[in-house]
Amino acid sequence: MLRRQLPLALCFIAGVFMAVQYFIPHSSVQDFYQRLLDWLMTLLAFAFLLGTVSLIKVHFHKIRNRAADRGFSFVVFFGLALTLGTGFLHPEHITPGSPFDVVFQNIQIPIEATMFSLLAFYIASAAFRAFRARTLEATLLLVAAVIVMLGRVPIGDVIHEGIPAATQWILNVPNLAAKRGIMIGVGLGMMATALKIILGIERAWMGGGD
Amino acid sequence: MPTFVLTTIAALLTLCAYSFLYKDNPFYKFAEHLVVGVSAGYYLVIYYYNYIDPNVASPIFFLRRGGEAIALGGAEWWLALIPGVLGLLLYTRFFPKWGWIGRWPLAIYIGGYAGLGISPVMQSRVLEQLRANAIPLTSVTNVLLVVGLIGTLTYFFFSMKHKGILGGLARIGIVFLMVGFGASFGYTVMSRVSLLIGRVEFLLADWLHLIE
Amino acid sequence: MRWFDRLLGIDRRWIFLAIGVAVVIPFFAPMGFPVVVTEPVRRLYDAIEELPSDSKPIFLSMDYAPATTPELDPMSLAIMRHAFRRGLPVVVMTLHPAGYGLAQRAIATAAEEFDVEYGVDYAFLGFHPGIAAVMLGMGIDIQNVYAEDAYGTPVADLPIMEGVRNYDDVPLLVSIAGSAYPDSWISFAYQPYGQRVAAGVTAVMATDYYPYLDSGQMVGLLGGMRGAAEYEVLIERHDKGVRGMDSQSVIHVFIIVLVVLGNIAYFAQRKGKRPAPQEA
Repeated sequence: MLRRQLPLALCFIAGVFMAVQYFIPHSSVQDFYQRLLDWLMTLLAFAFLLGTVSLIKVHFHKIRNRAADRGFSFVVFFGLALTLGTGFLHPEHITPGSPFDVVFQNIQIPIEATMFSLLAFYIASAAFRAFRARTLEATLLLVAAVIVMLGRVPIGDVIHEGIPAATQWILNVPNLAAKRGIMIGVGLGMMATALKIILGIERAWMGGGD
Repeated sequence: MPTFVLTTIAALLTLCAYSFLYKDNPFYKFAEHLVVGVSAGYYLVIYYYNYIDPNVASPIFFLRRGGEAIALGGAEWWLALIPGVLGLLLYTRFFPKWGWIGRWPLAIYIGGYAGLGISPVMQSRVLEQLRANAIPLTSVTNVLLVVGLIGTLTYFFFSMKHKGILGGLARIGIVFLMVGFGASFGYTVMSRVSLLIGRVEFLLADWLHLIE
Repeated sequence: MRWFDRLLGIDRRWIFLAIGVAVVIPFFAPMGFPVVVTEPVRRLYDAIEELPSDSKPIFLSMDYAPATTPELDPMSLAIMRHAFRRGLPVVVMTLHPAGYGLAQRAIATAAEEFDVEYGVDYAFLGFHPGIAAVMLGMGIDIQNVYAEDAYGTPVADLPIMEGVRNYDDVPLLVSIAGSAYPDSWISFAYQPYGQRVAAGVTAVMATDYYPYLDSGQMVGLLGGMRGAAEYEVLIERHDKGVRGMDSQSVIHVFIIVLVVLGNIAYFAQRKGKRPAPQEA
């Protein structure tokens, strides 16, 4: 009862309350709603640490089990200790220019930004190897992509004034219609999923076990 | 530490990450693992100082929130304590014998967010979009927008076979979807290239001072 | 080996090298092609330009991580510069933890170019988890959600927040985001409270927001580095957005050439594999 029924009941009550409070302007309901919003923020803040603990567990096991690349797990712990140490122990904590901020600006930003910038190289390679006008649909996609690619850079305006005009038309008409259709579909899907969670039909969030 | 030293560290880490383009190597792995550890620690510290400290720890232990004093055992104190305790209960999942307790705060969190989204999402993503597309068929553009939307929605309707009129509408939907995805691809190229331009600008301007 | 086999079998690292060279050259030999402003960007510019000089603060939510800074930092800077130039107060916040450090950096850069004072002309509320809960909470009472700013000062003590209770007192909210935060702002700030929302997003996401623009749920939209460049042109302060467009032009043309070459080689290869027609 406490392991399955109570969580399902709590999920149902919280979900129904949050869904119907939009339609009940009474002050007692709105006061409780505001409190519950604060609680949701706090729960999310605590939930974040779960991911960090999982990360520590994974790399700790790698070191303990003497995995082949366990040396890099020490690097993970070094990075973690660096930010936790500079953030919590240094008197400047997280103020601008503090050692914590310096680590963020000179280690996290460069590496994270660079890793994502690798995609530029891969998209060029993939465009060369895989982007084929094999079917009518693929050709449509290719032609639209080429027009938009040229239209959204200044050289497109220089080549011909029709290119940016065609780009704007593609964005404002066929793209708009397609993305609107996708948006409506996603919206309906989101509502269906929310209802399934509230009604207890979708229970994956409870995890395994009894 | 002098700025140039810090910039050089950032530049060397950048080059470590770019070394992956040649092939996977220990320098890349070092940078990858370093950023995983640094970012996990960074987010933790930010969560603590920006939220946990002023909204949970400070009201409960120091009886202050937003510069105002809070009475021990008063309403504000309990309103900070209860979610704090619920949040801590989430960590029972690390103890197999007590992990089921963590489902209680998770239930409130999951159910609460699910319920919060139903009306706003219905309005913003469905009703408003349908309203915006309910336009008179007095121009080619309007006809294309209406036909395109109907075609796209028909394409994603899988409860019936796409034959006959339904099949024709779905086919029209595919045409619009392909053009839409083509536009997305064109923008995606710009997005990825922007990230590369940013890093190159850092290396050339901030590190090597070869450009302004 | 035939030419198309050789072309299609090329080591991709040569393509990587060519991309690297193509992006570097325009930094040393800028072409300076003009950037033409489009309507979605102009709509956001006009929305800020039309605010009265004694307006309550604009809220700028910088909800992005280091991965997207080349596209989004120029947008944040351009909007802050525009607001400061017009003497409009700006309250910066973030719903992404990495946005904390990025916002501080952007605020410091923009603030040192103008005669502005913290707490009066601008403020930084810091990071808050919760997304939808934060957005809905701000519709009731901003100072209940953000009791303190990023530096521990009670928000109620900041002159910039005087008379700012909830969205009724916020003339415009701009979300600069690398993921679906603008959708949430529209769902949880615009729909229930009528808060005017505009967005600056990465180019990957930009096409997805045209429905919101068309329906009027969004005031304006900046899409990717091009959007940032257009805004810099409008405020007559060229920075990284405009500077990056030359490299964008070269790379886009290069990739189009790659796609065309790839298709020519592919079809030539396919034709080469077909058996010769039998003679009668």
